[in-house]
Amino acid sequence: MQDNFQSSSYKQLEQKSKYTNMFLRWFLYFILIVFASYFIFPLYVMVVTSLKTMEEIRQGTLLTWPSSLNFDSWLVAWGGRGYGAGDTFLRPYFWNSIKMVVPAVFFSTFIGAMTGYVLTKWRFRGDQWVFLFLLFGCFIPFQAILLPMARTLGVLGISNSVIGLVLVHTVYGIPFTTLFFRNYYISVPTELVKAARIDGAGFFKIFFKILLPISAPIIVVTVIWQFTQIWNDFLFGSTFSFGEAAPIQVALNNMVLSSTSVKEYNVDMASAIIAGIPTLIVYVLAGKYFIRGLTSGAVKG
Amino acid sequence: MFKWLEKNLPKVVMAPAVGLIGWFVYGFVLWTLYISFTNSKILPKYELWGVGQYVKLWASRKWLISVENLLVFTALFLIFCIVIGIILAIFLDQKIRAEGVLRTIYLYPMALSFIVTGTAWKWILNPSLGLQKMFVDWGFENFTFDWLVNREMAIYTIVIAGVWQSAGFVMALFLAGLRSVEDEIVKAAKIDGAGLFTVYWKILLPMMRPVFFTSFVILVHISIKSYDLIVALTQGGPGISTTMPALFMTQAAFHKSQVGLSAASAMMMFMAVAAVIIPYLYSELRRENAR
Repeated sequence: MQDNFQSSSYKQLEQKSKYTNMFLRWFLYFILIVFASYFIFPLYVMVVTSLKTMEEIRQGTLLTWPSSLNFDSWLVAWGGRGYGAGDTFLRPYFWNSIKMVVPAVFFSTFIGAMTGYVLTKWRFRGDQWVFLFLLFGCFIPFQAILLPMARTLGVLGISNSVIGLVLVHTVYGIPFTTLFFRNYYISVPTELVKAARIDGAGFFKIFFKILLPISAPIIVVTVIWQFTQIWNDFLFGSTFSFGEAAPIQVALNNMVLSSTSVKEYNVDMASAIIAGIPTLIVYVLAGKYFIRGLTSGAVKG
Repeated sequence: MFKWLEKNLPKVVMAPAVGLIGWFVYGFVLWTLYISFTNSKILPKYELWGVGQYVKLWASRKWLISVENLLVFTALFLIFCIVIGIILAIFLDQKIRAEGVLRTIYLYPMALSFIVTGTAWKWILNPSLGLQKMFVDWGFENFTFDWLVNREMAIYTIVIAGVWQSAGFVMALFLAGLRSVEDEIVKAAKIDGAGLFTVYWKILLPMMRPVFFTSFVILVHISIKSYDLIVALTQGGPGISTTMPALFMTQAAFHKSQVGLSAASAMMMFMAVAAVIIPYLYSELRRENAR
């Protein structure tokens, strides 16, 4: 009898905890979805607004779906309206950014791979201090180097040019790329390198034959990190370039701030999407590597 | 000669990186430090002038406002990012369906520039056609939301946008931290009768101390450097109510011909960052050496 009573109570208890569990589960999903909507909201608003006409924007609310898919503001944002002076559009600046990003990412990644290789596989006395010396570059607030950089670019005759920005981004990318490659190569067994050295392989041969073939993941992480940082940079772009040499983020900001005519929010939003789409695509396609870079090099912010 | 090169090749390969960083980071910081002790106006002058620029800086109302804004922003930014980040990380850690999709959504703002997101937030927060209109159209006729153009409240719009951009990142850090804890610990605690809440509050979160530390350092670092977001959202306005040190520095340097003053403000920022980073680097190095 007693046994029976106990087991039924246990069953009840189990039943009850099942309901609480289910309730908790729903609560969990509810909260997660509320936050997801908060995060997705601005992107949704951007896309929807860019597809509306100004008339629709004035009549509807932020959330209203456009009556038809109208890509006119995208075309205006990308290629302008076709009249001369004062017609600003993103196409030339988009190409500026490409011309800036590709070499800067290449050089900084290459230099980082080399320094990471030396710091882990050709260790010398004091190499830890050299690493620390380079690493500190990740943390400096760039305000502390803006003034001398502006003068240096002037002296070199490359201020307000894409080449100048390539130099700036290459240099200030080195601490990060070094950090990435150093932390990756340190887990590669040094015995491999030692054996190759005994076989008579030289510095570069070891790098290209042994290290490089296994470096694909870290190269992807580094390239994505550098690409995102440089594409999204505004401080250097706005300080060291203006007018025709400006990268896309600077152009976007100028476009949005220009108060020459009636504010066209649909064109603004289309421009913002165009400026954001390359990094967004990279993020969606290679999120895993993006996050890895973020968590290991995110001191820059 | 050839032999020397062969022997020292690794150092020769290191040289460009060390040289570039030595010149462009250390040399430039020292130059800025030097200039901050001169009376430079439009162009840098090299006669020493003492600490006049620092005196001027701390007597400037605009600088004091920007420091105050920085403190308010940093405090709120830290609290909200860490609280939201932890909640999301713990919730996502409960074997959630579609975790990958949710994670992607929480983190995508990190892939966008502050200029892009600032542009979007500016549109959402603008009082005439944005959120305010949405609520009024929905029937809340007295709803007002004019923080963006309100001196007292504008700084909080920067907090909203900043938290939106960075909370997912804290989530990623904490999720990685929680996932690295061995299952055995949680299982043992559960066998001892600890509820899920206790497991997190008493066992897992205290284990996340290094993650707290890292998030703290990174978030403070982001907030001291905040520049793009303010430019995109408020340009420091209305008036100068949302100025922050980074904006102060560039305006003094490139718009107001106060090179010496801007160098002094840059050095203040440098010191603030150093105060946070040096203990961090020190503890990281110790942890690495202990391994």
